[in-house]
Amino acid sequence: MSVLSYLIPISLFLGGIGLAAFFWSLKARQYEDPKGDGERILSDEYDDHPKP
Amino acid sequence: MSVSPAIGAASGAPESYDEHVSASACPACLAAPSAEQMAKSGDIKGARIMLSLPTAHCAVCITDVERELTRQPGVRSARVNLTLKRVSVDAEPGVEPAPLIAALDRIGYEAHELDAGMLSATETDKRGRDLLMRIGVAGFAMMNIMLLSIAVWSGAEAATRDLFHWISAAIALPTVIFAGQPFFISAWGALRGGRLGMDVPISLAIILASAISVFETIKHGHHAYFDAAVMLTFFLLVGRYLDYRTRAVARSAAEELAALEVPRATVLRDGAEVVVPVGELHPGDLIRVRPGGRIPADGEVTLGTSETDRSLLTGETLPVYVGPGAMLSAGEVNLTGPLTLRVTAAGKDSSLHRMADLVAMAESAKTKYTSLAERAARAYAPIVHLLSFTAFGVWMWLTGGDLRFAINISAAVLIITCPCALGLAVPAVVTAASGKLFRRGLLIKDGTALERLAEVDTVVFDKTGTLTMGTPKPENLGDLNAQDMAVAAALAAGSSHPLARALAEGAAAAGCTPATLDDLREVPGYGVEGRWQGQIVRLGRADWIGATAGNSTATHLKIGTGAPITLRFADSLRPGAEVAVAALIAQGKRVLLVSGDVEGAVAALAQRLGISEWHAGALPQEKAALVTQLTGQGARVLMVGDGLNDTAALAAAHVSVSPASALDAARTASDIVLLGQDLSPVADAVKIAVQARRRIKENFGISILYNAVAVPIALIGLATPLAAALAMSASSITVSLNSLRLK
Repeated sequence: MSVLSYLIPISLFLGGIGLAAFFWSLKARQYEDPKGDGERILSDEYDDHPKP
Repeated sequence: MSVSPAIGAASGAPESYDEHVSASACPACLAAPSAEQMAKSGDIKGARIMLSLPTAHCAVCITDVERELTRQPGVRSARVNLTLKRVSVDAEPGVEPAPLIAALDRIGYEAHELDAGMLSATETDKRGRDLLMRIGVAGFAMMNIMLLSIAVWSGAEAATRDLFHWISAAIALPTVIFAGQPFFISAWGALRGGRLGMDVPISLAIILASAISVFETIKHGHHAYFDAAVMLTFFLLVGRYLDYRTRAVARSAAEELAALEVPRATVLRDGAEVVVPVGELHPGDLIRVRPGGRIPADGEVTLGTSETDRSLLTGETLPVYVGPGAMLSAGEVNLTGPLTLRVTAAGKDSSLHRMADLVAMAESAKTKYTSLAERAARAYAPIVHLLSFTAFGVWMWLTGGDLRFAINISAAVLIITCPCALGLAVPAVVTAASGKLFRRGLLIKDGTALERLAEVDTVVFDKTGTLTMGTPKPENLGDLNAQDMAVAAALAAGSSHPLARALAEGAAAAGCTPATLDDLREVPGYGVEGRWQGQIVRLGRADWIGATAGNSTATHLKIGTGAPITLRFADSLRPGAEVAVAALIAQGKRVLLVSGDVEGAVAALAQRLGISEWHAGALPQEKAALVTQLTGQGARVLMVGDGLNDTAALAAAHVSVSPASALDAARTASDIVLLGQDLSPVADAVKIAVQARRRIKENFGISILYNAVAVPIALIGLATPLAAALAMSASSITVSLNSLRLK
C-alpha cells in the first residue's frame, strides 16, 4: 500500500491544478457569455489571426 | 417590486449627465463636448454604451452588429454578449446611443438603450462569480473525497480506512466551511428572525454530517459522511446559483432599459438655455421643450403653439392642440412647435409621481404571493427536524442510551431528507423556462411571476402602445388622385408631426413623387402651408382648414378654394397581436380590452381582434378598479399594458406584462417585460408557465417519492454513506433531467 503515499498527493495535486484553472477562467470572465462564445467559432472573422 | 426606481429615474439623473450640467451656460458648448470635458473623461476612457438586442440569436448577428457598430464614427470597439442579448460599445466621449440604434435598425436589428448608470451593478457580477467559485471548490472536494470513499466502500480496512477518512476530513472541513457559507448565513438570518426556512435543515445536515464524521474518524468508526456533506453543499449550491442567475439576469436587464422619461430639461435662466437634471427643476422655472421632446414636468404653456401626444398618459391617439395657457403634464410628447413652459409642479408633486403613488397603493393592496418553493419549505422544515429528533429519541431509548449510535441515526435521517432535489426542483425548472422565454424575447423579472402566470384565466389588454404600435398609418390614401397625393406628400415632407411623417411614408410607398411647392412653412399647432401653382395649399387640423372634425385620427388637405379632403389614419397593429389574442382565446382565457381612447377606435380594434368585451374612455383609476373587480370575482388577471395610465392596473393584476417601449413606471410595475416588438410570445409564455408549474410539481413528487423510500431505511439504522450518496445524486439528477424536458 506504499503506492498510496505518492498516488494520493498526486491526485490531489492534479485536482488542485483543475481547481486553479477554474479560478483563472472565472477571473478571466469566461462564463459571461457562454452562448455567444459557442456561436463565435462559426464566424470567419479573425480566422487567420487572433483579434488584436 | 418597488416603486422607487421609477421615481429615481424621473428625478435623479444618471452620473453620465453630470458633465453636461457643470458646463458653461453657452448653448453651443452644450451641444459638443468641450476640450476640457474630453480631457476630463479621458481618464474614464470614453463612453461605454450598452444596447439591448432582443432579436440577436446567432453567429451572423454577432458579426453583423459588431461590424456595423465599429464602422460608426467614434466607436472604438463593440462586443456582443449573446447570452444577455446586449452589446457593449466602447466609444469616444460624446458618442450618443441614438445614431448607433439607428444604424443597427438600418441593417435590421432592433436595439434599445440600456441605462449606463445602472451598468456597474451587473457588470461586476460579484455574487454570481462568488457562488460559482464555491461550486468549483465543492465540486473539486466532492470528486476527491468520492475517490477515497469508493476505496472505503469497496473494503478498505483498519489503518487504510482511517487514513482515507483523515484525508477526506482534511479536504471536507475547509470546503464545507468555505462553500457552505451562503447556507449558514441565511439559516442564521432565518433563526434570528424566528423562522425555519429551507436553509436551517440544510445547514444542520451539513454541520451534523461533518461533525459526526470527524467524531467517527477519531473513534476509528466504519462510516464517515464527508462525501455526503460535500455533495449536499455542491448540489444545493448549483440550485442556489441557478436561482440567482435567473433573477439577476432578468432584474438587471429590466432595470437597465433606459428611462423614457427625460432625465434632463432645458431651463431658461437669464435668457440663456441651461440643461439641468429634472430633479433640479422648481415650480416657476421656465423650460423649453423642442418638437419631438417629452415634457419633463407639469407646466403651463407661456409661449408657442403645438400639438401634444398624450397616448402614454391617457391612451388617446388623437394629438391635442396646445397654446399659451394650456396645462401640460409630465410625460406628454411635444409634436410640432417649440414650447416654453412655466413649471407648476416638479418632482414629488408632478403628475408622474402622483401616478407612482397610485401604483404604491395598488401594490400594498396586493396580497403577497407565496411561491411553491416557499410553501414546500414551510411544510418541509418542521417535518425533517421532527423526524430527526424522533429518531434520536427512539434509538436512545431502544439502545439504552447509546448516544453515538442515536446521533448517527439522526444525522443519517437529516442527510437523507436534506432537500437536495427540493433545492433543485424549482430553480432548475425556472431557469429552463425563463431561458426559453428569454429566447422568445420575454424577460421574467420575478421568479414567482412564472408560477402566477400559470394560474392566469383572464387577460386584460391595453390598446394604444400595447395591441397597437402607437404609430398611425394612413387609411384612405387610395381616395386621392395622383395630383392631390403629390401635393399632400410635399406638404407632409415639411413637418415632423407623426401624421405628416406617416402620410409622407405612405405616399412614397404608393410610388408618388412629391409636387414642388413654394413658401413651404409649418404653422406650429395647426399644420403645414405652402403655395402650389399659385394656389395656397394646406395640410393640418380640421378647424384651421375649414373641415369638420371627426372622432377618428385624421388630417385634412385643402387645395386652393377646393373642398377639404379628409385623410384618416389608423393605429397600426403591433406584430403578433392577432396571433397572441387568438391563441389566448383558444387557450380558453377570457380576453378584455380596456383603453383610455375614444369608443370608435376601441370598438374597431376589438372587433378586428375578436375581443367581445371592451371598455373605452377608461381613466387610470377605472382600469385599476376593473382589474381589482375581476380579481374580486375570483379571476386571476394578466394585465398587458404600456402607459402610465396602465401602471396602477399593472400593479393590481395577478401578473403583468409590459413592452420594452413602455414608460419606465409601467415596466417597473410589471413582472414580465417584452423585449421585442412582437406580441405573440405572450400567449406562448402562458403555455410555458403552465408546463413549468407541472414540472415543478413533478419534481416535488420525485423528491417525496425518494424520501418515502429512503427515510424508513435511515430510520431503522440501515442507511450507509454509500446509500445516502447514491440516493442523493440519483434524485438530484432525475430532477434536473425532468426540468430539461420543458418544451
